Amino acid sequence: MLIQDGIPTREDIQSVTPPAHRLAQGAVAIAECFQKIPCNPCAKACVKKAIRVEPDINATPKVDFDICNGCGACVARCPGLAIFVVDMTYSGGEALVKLPFEFLPVPQEGQLACGLSRSGEELGWFPVVKAVSGGKRNMTCTISLAVPKELAMEVRNIKVGGYRDGR
Amino acid sequence: MIREVEILVAGGGPAGLCAAAAAASLGAKVLLCERSDVPGGQLVKQTHKFFGSEKQYAGDRGIHIGRTLADAAVNHPNIEILTDAAVLGIYEDGVVTVLYKNQHLKIRPKRTIVATGAAEKFLAFPNNDLPGIYGAGAVQTLMNVHGVKPAERVLMVGAGNIGLIVSYQLLQAGVEVAGVIEAAPRIGGYLVHASKLRRAGVPIRTGYTIKEAYGNGKLEGAVICRLDENWKPVPGTEEDIRCDTICLAVGLTPLAELCWQAGCQMAFIRELSGHVPVVDGNLETSIPGLYAAGDISGIEEASAAMVEGRLAGYAAAGSLGYEPQKAGELRQGAAEELAELRSGPAGARIMAGLEKAAALLAARKGGAGPC
Amino acid sequence: MRIEQHPILEFDRGEKVVFFFNGQPVDGYTSETIAAALHAAGIRELGHSPELHRPRGLFCAIGNCSSCFMTVDGQPNVRVCVTKVKAGMRVEEQAGKGVVSLD
Repeated sequence: MLIQDGIPTREDIQSVTPPAHRLAQGAVAIAECFQKIPCNPCAKACVKKAIRVEPDINATPKVDFDICNGCGACVARCPGLAIFVVDMTYSGGEALVKLPFEFLPVPQEGQLACGLSRSGEELGWFPVVKAVSGGKRNMTCTISLAVPKELAMEVRNIKVGGYRDGR
Repeated sequence: MIREVEILVAGGGPAGLCAAAAAASLGAKVLLCERSDVPGGQLVKQTHKFFGSEKQYAGDRGIHIGRTLADAAVNHPNIEILTDAAVLGIYEDGVVTVLYKNQHLKIRPKRTIVATGAAEKFLAFPNNDLPGIYGAGAVQTLMNVHGVKPAERVLMVGAGNIGLIVSYQLLQAGVEVAGVIEAAPRIGGYLVHASKLRRAGVPIRTGYTIKEAYGNGKLEGAVICRLDENWKPVPGTEEDIRCDTICLAVGLTPLAELCWQAGCQMAFIRELSGHVPVVDGNLETSIPGLYAAGDISGIEEASAAMVEGRLAGYAAAGSLGYEPQKAGELRQGAAEELAELRSGPAGARIMAGLEKAAALLAARKGGAGPC
Repeated sequence: MRIEQHPILEFDRGEKVVFFFNGQPVDGYTSETIAAALHAAGIRELGHSPELHRPRGLFCAIGNCSSCFMTVDGQPNVRVCVTKVKAGMRVEEQAGKGVVSLD
């Protein structure tokens, strides 16, 4: 359970997952933020105002899936690294997952990275489609990873090698 | 020779820097004394992004917030900052003594804001004095301030925000984290911190404690065990964790010595994490003109410390006659910001502590209970 | 060991100098504290407890506790966690409780 081991339950994830018909339409943000803490940079990050933290700063964010276009601006802005973008329309068999990344080395486009689950389990090696630097002040990279569609809601972190490779 | 100043701020962390800037913005002249050689307090090692709202620089990393606050204070014509300047004592005749680069200074401020922060707590277990058993904040200083790799493999004790954040920062520094153990049945820190650590492969185990550390001359490992619902070790659940470093992240305690020594009304309030000076709505202690802001009056996030600093700064400057009406409005705005930060479940503990403090204050002032 | 690459930080270490730990030369940088430089050199044992003579290292690293007291250039009870490295500095384990000279 999340409060005991840091791993959100199926139900937790279900509660923030866009409906199937919305996922089928393309990229959309998923805020895996389940605890009421005073925080709202995600709402400020969204130019389309698709993310709301209401009625006050302690509320958990709500993504309006009809307004969100999955641009991913929120991914690197969430201080808790808890927002991901999933695009189920990426290719025939693959979905694109955009996730925040703050380790070295930063993977290059075209390189394979090991996809990790919410509990840190290795789910396989997948191609990095894009690696966007967060810039001088933000510094959080946004990694776009092409994963099999059935893993789109499972892959939430990567490791690239080096000290965290374990090999 | 005694130097006269309008407002003295003791401590150049988030609360002290914000207090100085707030008071100076209304026209007051401020002298800020910081014991270390750079202003910023513990923000200088906080590489993670802060929560809160824009008003508390949410989304910025602590290191950048520290630099922003320090630059603003350094560049303000009304603020003078002394570094390597530890405030030693606050005396009945209004004199405050300071050790400044091995010189003994005497200062007579009209108002004093104590913003000395907090210290890491220790934990009792066999062999807890072995070299390699450090405060989590100490390890953060070694790696994030000095760039020294603090360990090869760490056991983190405590899953509050500091334990979770420092574990993540250890991974960023290339250190292996064997796991985070937490005696309580629940993770105490923000769950987003726990989740990002968990998906990097670090186990978090609630209901576990450290039974003993071992090693010949230096730390070589620890024995951990499960706790039952009465916090008693469960026999047969012992596990050996090999590690060269144990980080203790078992809470902070207010550094309130100056307030004790000055003779402020003090109270032990568990929810505020220890002995704290009892303060009023202006963060003024029982000694008129002596304010306390930040962790010293209750352990909270740095975002709250910044707002408390501003509140005390406005109140102190206003009381000296600097734009009293504007000071009152700004003070009120800061109070509302604090109320908002503390209004959710994450603020319940601090609110319970502040209610206890308010009851003690009311008793002192002979008035009715807290409103 | 020192951190060479970091995803968030860059380190301005200052000038590289040599100081002495119990007579042995140790490399340090002028922006580092003595405790940090010793730690980077793999030296974690800074002294022994005065009564039971158990090995002691640092604890808080920011000058709050007194776990890292050492004798520096003849001066005992120096908190090496908040004292910067200087070229040629003599850092020594202190025997028991140090006596501060009032000269």
